[in-house]
Amino acid sequence: MTGSPLTAAALLAAAVATIAIGAYGVRFSRTTSDFLVASRTVGSQWNAAAISGEYLSAASFLGVAGLIAKYGADALWYPVGFTAGYLGLLLFVAAPLRRSGAYTVPDFAEFRLGSTRLRKIAMIVVVVICVFYLVPQYQGAGLTLKTLLGTPVWLGPVAVGAIVLTNVVAGGMRSITFVQAFQYWLKLTAVAIPALALAGLFLADRGGDLGGPLPPTVQQDTTVAIDTDVVVQVTEPAGITVTGVLDGRRVDRAPIGAPGRHELDAGATLSLAAGAATPVVAGTPSSGREWIASGGGLGGEHPMYQVVSIMVATFLGTMGLPHVLVRFYTNPDGRAARRTALAVIALLALFYLFPTLLGVFARLYVPQLLITGTADAAVLLAPGSAIGGAAGQLLAALVAAGAIAAFLATSSGLLVSFAGALATDVLGGRVRDFRIAAVLGGVIPIPLALAASGGLELSRSVGLAFAVAASTLCPLLVLGIWWRGLTAVGAGCGLAVGGLLSGVAVTVAVAGGVDDDLAGGWPAVLIGYPAAVSVPLAFATMIVVSRVTRSRVPADVAQSFARMHLPENLGMGVERLPRS
Amino acid sequence: MSERPQRQRVVLAHRRGARMVRTRVEVQEQTPVGDALVRGLVRAQLGLALRLGAVLVLLVGAIPLLNALFPGLGAVTVFGVRLNWLVLAGLVYPLLYGVGWAYVHLAEQGERDFVGVVDAEP
Repeated sequence: MTGSPLTAAALLAAAVATIAIGAYGVRFSRTTSDFLVASRTVGSQWNAAAISGEYLSAASFLGVAGLIAKYGADALWYPVGFTAGYLGLLLFVAAPLRRSGAYTVPDFAEFRLGSTRLRKIAMIVVVVICVFYLVPQYQGAGLTLKTLLGTPVWLGPVAVGAIVLTNVVAGGMRSITFVQAFQYWLKLTAVAIPALALAGLFLADRGGDLGGPLPPTVQQDTTVAIDTDVVVQVTEPAGITVTGVLDGRRVDRAPIGAPGRHELDAGATLSLAAGAATPVVAGTPSSGREWIASGGGLGGEHPMYQVVSIMVATFLGTMGLPHVLVRFYTNPDGRAARRTALAVIALLALFYLFPTLLGVFARLYVPQLLITGTADAAVLLAPGSAIGGAAGQLLAALVAAGAIAAFLATSSGLLVSFAGALATDVLGGRVRDFRIAAVLGGVIPIPLALAASGGLELSRSVGLAFAVAASTLCPLLVLGIWWRGLTAVGAGCGLAVGGLLSGVAVTVAVAGGVDDDLAGGWPAVLIGYPAAVSVPLAFATMIVVSRVTRSRVPADVAQSFARMHLPENLGMGVERLPRS
Repeated sequence: MSERPQRQRVVLAHRRGARMVRTRVEVQEQTPVGDALVRGLVRAQLGLALRLGAVLVLLVGAIPLLNALFPGLGAVTVFGVRLNWLVLAGLVYPLLYGVGWAYVHLAEQGERDFVGVVDAEP
């Protein structure tokens, strides 16, 4: 698809609105506290919208629908987990963390355990999680601009990086609060209207059978260009012809051959006649019956383990995401922090209804996406392909605006956390240091996003960032808040064990992963879904090492506990600020 | 010799204000009594969070388990939507919100009770 002017205009409008609202917010940003925690004055309604706006990243906006189109029922666990994470945060972290008066996660570590070395370790963990999370956002931006406008892949990361940097450098937290709240509503509109339009279309023509024995079929003659080498599963070869390298031989307009697996090299084109059954990427469910049933997993072996690990990573990972936590520090008090978390659950539940619908309709109306494996583009292409004419173009433009909002909001939030941690712990903690750190954080992920193979779907790479957060900051916060026995040594060892296990897994997975067939599939599935192993190990390490170093429990632990758990009206609260 | 002022009886009700400050100070200054009170609050709030967390894990964990044990269950359709999709894409969310709502209200109640104890008459 080449760029329609309407889509380009919508992308531009979303970007300009982001900068303009940010610029409006800059007028209120003066002090370091404004930059880091918006001077702790954000009410729970605004805050919930801002948190949701920030949280709904490329993974939610594009990735969830793509995964559902590709894998079916088991992909539904991702949005459930992304929402349930806020319940975990609400139950175990929200109010005490806010009452601790800390302004970043490393600051909490120092407040609770009184160790500047632990503070540095926590800072490194925060920086690593932010980078792991920023890379898929930038990748998504590259994919979107390429899909919609045909621009080179590098343009997306560079453009998103530049816009985000402008806002964050200029106004910090105070300014992005407005931007993110606006972006939640923009994203909701951008995903809800196309989803409802497609639902209307589906109910009107009842096109296609989702749960039938056949793969999805294309409705008109379709040509698909293969960009990277891919193995496809063909169920019904009638009507499929290939030009290019098929199974290692060069062919020209030849039929694809017998049902089964076929290799297509980059540069090949696949032609599907109207009504032909679409081949799907090998390892994904090809018939409607497999797709609609639960228990099939997300490719690879051991589907039950995959689901459990996704739930562990997302349920516990949200409370370890620095860009989410940093927003909780902006609540006026602990009670508001709880109400914010509850409101976020409602806003997310509302949102995720629509990507689910879009994923289902994408399988029905743009099944050709299932061939190349770039199912992440489903949300972008489904409305335009299913509904022709001006209405379809308008919907496509709206979706494009929502997608760009998704990258911008999440990247801004990540950058603020990255810069907050780096500026206060490595640099001097002044506003100028915050800006320098933000520039660093905005630029580093650009080459990484371009280098990453892109073989993982967006939701899965973001899910891996959750796994790192769940294996590091989650045990630090949960044990720090509820267990008096935690020591700085124990926390440091736990962070190291959890961080190394999950970090290595993520790096290997992003770099290409392990062969699915090796040793019964366990290595591949452990690398792809590390949380169910790394999280318990991180908790266990923290507890065991803390018991061994029991003599080093901080002397002021009673004081810290009183401050974290007593309601504010007893007058124990102290707001911490960077010393500078 | 002038007359002595008459003896006055101290009334119990007057002690109220003084006592209120004392218990607060005990909590704030971490005396053994205050520390015990804080420990009680932390234990109560943690117990609440763990109980609700367990409810959630049991209910949500039951979904894949039931699916594995009774593979036919997901194929049941309600209003034309398959049960596994209806549960995972719809019904789970009100459950999450409901558990969260219950926690917020019970936790705030717990805090109000605590402040009540601290500020109460002996």
